[in-house]
Amino acid sequence: MRAEDLLHPTPAGLYCPVGDFYVDPSRPVPRALVTHGHSDHARPGHGAVWATRETLDVMAIRLGEGFAETTQDGSAGEIGGVKVSFHPAGHILGSAQIRLEWRGLRIVVSGDYKRSRDPTAPPFEPLPCDVFVTEATFALPVFRHPEPTEEIARLLASLRAFPERAHLVGAYSLGKAQRVIALLREAGWDRPIFLHGALRRLCDYYAARGVDLGPLEDATGDRAEAARTAGEIIVAPPSAFGSAWERRFPAPLQAFASGWMQVRAHARRRGAELGLVISDHVDWPALTDTIREVDPGEVWITHGREDALLRWCDLEGRAARPLHLVGREEEAE
Amino acid sequence: MRAFARLMDRLAFTPGRLEKLRLMRLHFAETPDPDRGWALAALTGGLEIRAVTPSLLRGLAAERVDAELFALSYDFVGDLAETVSLIWPGEGDGAEPPPLSDVVDRLRAAGRAEAPALVAGLLDRLAPAERYALAKLATGGLRVGVSARLARQALAEWGEVPLTEIEELWHGLTPPYLTLFAWLEGGPKPESAARAPFRPVMLSTPFEARDREAAAPADYAAEWKWDGVRVQAVSEGGVRRLYSRTGEDMSAAFPDLVDAMTFEGALDGELMVRAGEEPGGFNDLQQRLNRKTPGKALAARLPAFLRAYDLLIDGAEDLRALPWAARRDRLAGFLAPLDPARFDLSPEIDFPDWAALDALRAAPPHPAIEGAMLKRRDSPYLSGRPRGPWFKWKRDPHLIDAVLMYAQRGHGKRSSLYSDYTFGVWDGDRLAPVGKAYFGFTDEELREIDRYVRQNATERYGPVRAVRAEPDFGLVLEVAFEGIAASPRHKSGVAMRFPRISRLRWDKPPREADRLETLKAMIAAPG
Repeated sequence: MRAEDLLHPTPAGLYCPVGDFYVDPSRPVPRALVTHGHSDHARPGHGAVWATRETLDVMAIRLGEGFAETTQDGSAGEIGGVKVSFHPAGHILGSAQIRLEWRGLRIVVSGDYKRSRDPTAPPFEPLPCDVFVTEATFALPVFRHPEPTEEIARLLASLRAFPERAHLVGAYSLGKAQRVIALLREAGWDRPIFLHGALRRLCDYYAARGVDLGPLEDATGDRAEAARTAGEIIVAPPSAFGSAWERRFPAPLQAFASGWMQVRAHARRRGAELGLVISDHVDWPALTDTIREVDPGEVWITHGREDALLRWCDLEGRAARPLHLVGREEEAE
Repeated sequence: MRAFARLMDRLAFTPGRLEKLRLMRLHFAETPDPDRGWALAALTGGLEIRAVTPSLLRGLAAERVDAELFALSYDFVGDLAETVSLIWPGEGDGAEPPPLSDVVDRLRAAGRAEAPALVAGLLDRLAPAERYALAKLATGGLRVGVSARLARQALAEWGEVPLTEIEELWHGLTPPYLTLFAWLEGGPKPESAARAPFRPVMLSTPFEARDREAAAPADYAAEWKWDGVRVQAVSEGGVRRLYSRTGEDMSAAFPDLVDAMTFEGALDGELMVRAGEEPGGFNDLQQRLNRKTPGKALAARLPAFLRAYDLLIDGAEDLRALPWAARRDRLAGFLAPLDPARFDLSPEIDFPDWAALDALRAAPPHPAIEGAMLKRRDSPYLSGRPRGPWFKWKRDPHLIDAVLMYAQRGHGKRSSLYSDYTFGVWDGDRLAPVGKAYFGFTDEELREIDRYVRQNATERYGPVRAVRAEPDFGLVLEVAFEGIAASPRHKSGVAMRFPRISRLRWDKPPREADRLETLKAMIAAPG
């Protein structure tokens, strides 16, 4: 029996023929297991969806209540004879690794994951397995993300240096935005944080799940309201940058929270004045340490910079193969 | 080292000049001696570390990282120092990084033989952000968008002294500038220790209609405004220096002129080159300015000379308090013994009234003239830009009508607006891009163009938008510029000097915009 008999890539995504289901499919399928709520993993239109409670809630918020015909909140169970279990991936609230077990063969689909501390998500749990399916978003040895607390300290230093400027922090609306806010609270920033309208419902959901985000106000108000934001923090999705909305705020300073900010050419292309290297994906040391720790029989690479990771596996004497999955958004970090 | 690394990082990504000044002021205020002095040295280009080269860094990385992984990383990052600083194994020793002064002292003391082990040891110790600052510091070229003058201006603002006082002292000071910082914090002012120091220059203001009404022609002398580079040539006690108007030492680039500085004193004038018998245009001079040191052939083909118009120091005597007319008399005598091929006197223009001078200015006798200068006969030599004693009356700019072709979002406060424009003129029935402009319009006009770009974008390339530009639909921009030259580096074959938007011609159909032939004809007949 080969691992490919249990799980293999298809144009619609990773498919398990034994249980007749897909993991994070990129197009509508009858049965889908979803690792987490980001749009390149969680799509509407499936028949049945298995995911964690939080992921299902997030999908309902983002895609509407009727995003699938039936849903099942997963912790463990059996689908078509395949034993399926969900385990924390540390990526965002509700993110999970999905482990498949069948006739003694264990495959872990890690989805997106990280190892650094995150007050908004339980930590990644290393699981012994025969095949470890990993992302490779930041799989180059140059990616070594600093402690997020250091990056938050840089943002706070900028607020002290430029108290007349509204500090706009661009952050992906699910996960990154809430993590940045939670980190700011931990660092002692207790002033109201202003939210772009696109973030409101997800932030409210995080707060309802017990993540302390402190006082939040809406930043979609009129021009007179916007004047109050000098020296304050406004969190917005990156798509809001460069829009007329941004211009309402006093002398806006664009900060951007993303793992890509580590590389200057990328930060420059983004036009960010302050690049905050805060990532929800594993950096190179965490990725390679995780593979060593999990120590799988084989590494499968879903998306990202597979060349470098393949090379590293080769140098380490580990079996590895790229899956070339389509439909993953590399830059949306 | 950490404070310095953070400063470099912030400066590199902060587009605004005022914000850059503030970041530097904060650094000078919060960082102790001697670290802030070394930071100042790094920002003003006063720090040279010869033993560390980019190839040394690359070699060190190659010993520690797999070649294929390095190549993939370098390809992605695009900058060698950055790649090395990020890929270097380990996270540093976790301890407080050493002070900048400690790092600089050791780098400066190191010879070629010790440098590799020293740099490797430092890279091991530091965290990635500080490694980058180290790599840039050691190999030169911080590339944070700060000129030496801007750094000195931040210093002057922080210490609340005039910039000119710092500039006058500057060349007598050495890093880490302890006496300078002590003075700026309330201690005694350092003695000017430099030989052949730079004296802050006197600048002019534009001659506007209201000046024309207020000023009496008889009070002013007029000279041509030559299209060269303002310099100060100082030769004192055997030391010879050629300074730019901001006090940068340009001597190395013009050894032919420096050799001819067989005088004792300080001259103010226009640096130009000769192309054959005649003074060359700015494009000829540009060829010399582009070289740190000229080759023999270049120096012979385009010899440098100084068209002198003021004398600040004559022997040991400081003439700056004398009226212009008295200095001018002394200047003529001062130049007499010098090589006339290298030093000549900027001639005076006779004119009875402003109308006559206006006519002369509009049709100057030489292409290397860009207008007239007016100097009050009784004015002393004052540093800075006082309004009144010196005026510049430039020839009117050239104007063309061009069509907006591409727009790009700006930086910093303008990052949400399409504020950088590429414009073109007709070449046959197609538009040929001929230049870029990003100022000259009001905030209101900027918003109008921004709206127009958003509504009429036809293609997107990252932050750039192609804008609809057809014979009967498009936006015509009146573009003003100072000069035009043939340029093989530009696809259109022409390069404009100092282009800016002078008017928006919403009324004009693009088919009536100018043609490339018209621009090319301007090269043949300048003025």
